[in-house]
Amino acid sequence: MASDKVKTFTDDNFDQETKQGLVLVDFWAEWCGPCRRLAPTVDALASEFDGRATVAKLNVDENPNIPGRYAVRGIPTLLLFKQGELAETIVGLRGKDDIAKLIERHLGD
Amino acid sequence: MADRKVVIIGSGPAGLTAALYTARANLTPLLVEGLEAGGQLMLTTMVENWPGFRDGIMGPDLMTEMRAQAERFGTEIVQGNVTRVDLKQRPFMVTFEDGKHVTTETLIIATGASARWLEIGSDRKLAGHGVSTCATCDGYFFRGKPIAVVGGGDSAMEEAIYLTRFASKVSVIHRRESLRASKIMQDKAFANPKIEFIWDSEIAEVQATDKGEVSGIIVRNLKTGHLSDLPLDGVFIAIGHTPNTSLFTGQIELDENGYIRTRTGSRTSVPGVFAAGDVQDHIYRQAITAAGSGCMAALDAERYLEGLHLAADNTDAALHVG
Repeated sequence: MASDKVKTFTDDNFDQETKQGLVLVDFWAEWCGPCRRLAPTVDALASEFDGRATVAKLNVDENPNIPGRYAVRGIPTLLLFKQGELAETIVGLRGKDDIAKLIERHLGD
Repeated sequence: MADRKVVIIGSGPAGLTAALYTARANLTPLLVEGLEAGGQLMLTTMVENWPGFRDGIMGPDLMTEMRAQAERFGTEIVQGNVTRVDLKQRPFMVTFEDGKHVTTETLIIATGASARWLEIGSDRKLAGHGVSTCATCDGYFFRGKPIAVVGGGDSAMEEAIYLTRFASKVSVIHRRESLRASKIMQDKAFANPKIEFIWDSEIAEVQATDKGEVSGIIVRNLKTGHLSDLPLDGVFIAIGHTPNTSLFTGQIELDENGYIRTRTGSRTSVPGVFAAGDVQDHIYRQAITAAGSGCMAALDAERYLEGLHLAADNTDAALHVG
């Protein structure tokens, strides 16, 4: 079960939702095994950064435009946006602490 | 006093079978999943050579079942990674990402192997932007586009065939002039009209657009040295695996390829430490052999613990007599 702290982004609401603050977006799909592995990590990050950063998922199957814009051709991919600008790209599986450190670094700036 | 009798690192067929057997022996094993939880089968689609499923079973489904079966008998499964093991002290110490640690009387290593990349640099840089080691994850992004698969083994053929569902054309690039893959996989690949073969060749470079998306490769013919351009959108690498043994370097005997050396079953150079699955096997590398060796490791660990406690009982008895 996805945590209710994780938002769902689409091609339509993406720009609006990433405009402000620090936003981590998980690009995923149902058929992607590693994406399923990463899901609990994303849930945990959403709880950990609740109120400080937004954590969201974007289904690449249902939303082809945004992945295309950011040249995402592999999943899972995590993109971190800061005030609407792409700040970090993480391709493939990564431990929760690694990702948390990356977010912290941008929160500290 | 150790926290645990058995700790297992790894959650592929080897680790989960070791967990199933040690759990059923009432040893309440602790299994640490690792980053690539479920192992390589999580990246496959239909598995047709796992006995007992005449119509095949999806790799991720098989792993879900194995996991549930191991848990049913009392395996405790924790997510996350092990960052350090100390095999020089007894009981052994296993440290996790968050700094917490457990001590254990026996350790079963089932950390498997991870996909190898080319050694040209440009491939790793473009991971997620057209270069991939996981056809089932990323094939979707190449609908109607030409791609390449590098490798000549069963996995490479499986990926090539799978990718023809999406790609307009799949060029298999192989260093030799014949495939290493099994006859049945070769026949399937040769019969597929979307697959072409580029023999005696390797990728010299992966090229990308300004946006950072793969746009083509430079292919080097190993016999003639001739370089040629091949425009395409994606490159899938299936050139084998490297064992995940970095945690154990310097503490346990490895072979010249970095695999854990086992003898008389699953025993490693450290008594009480056992190894199973792809981390100690670069010959068979099948789900079923991994599961079989996981069972062996469990039985070996069980026997080792019996010996340990028998010795302890004898010492106690001797002390009482004394």
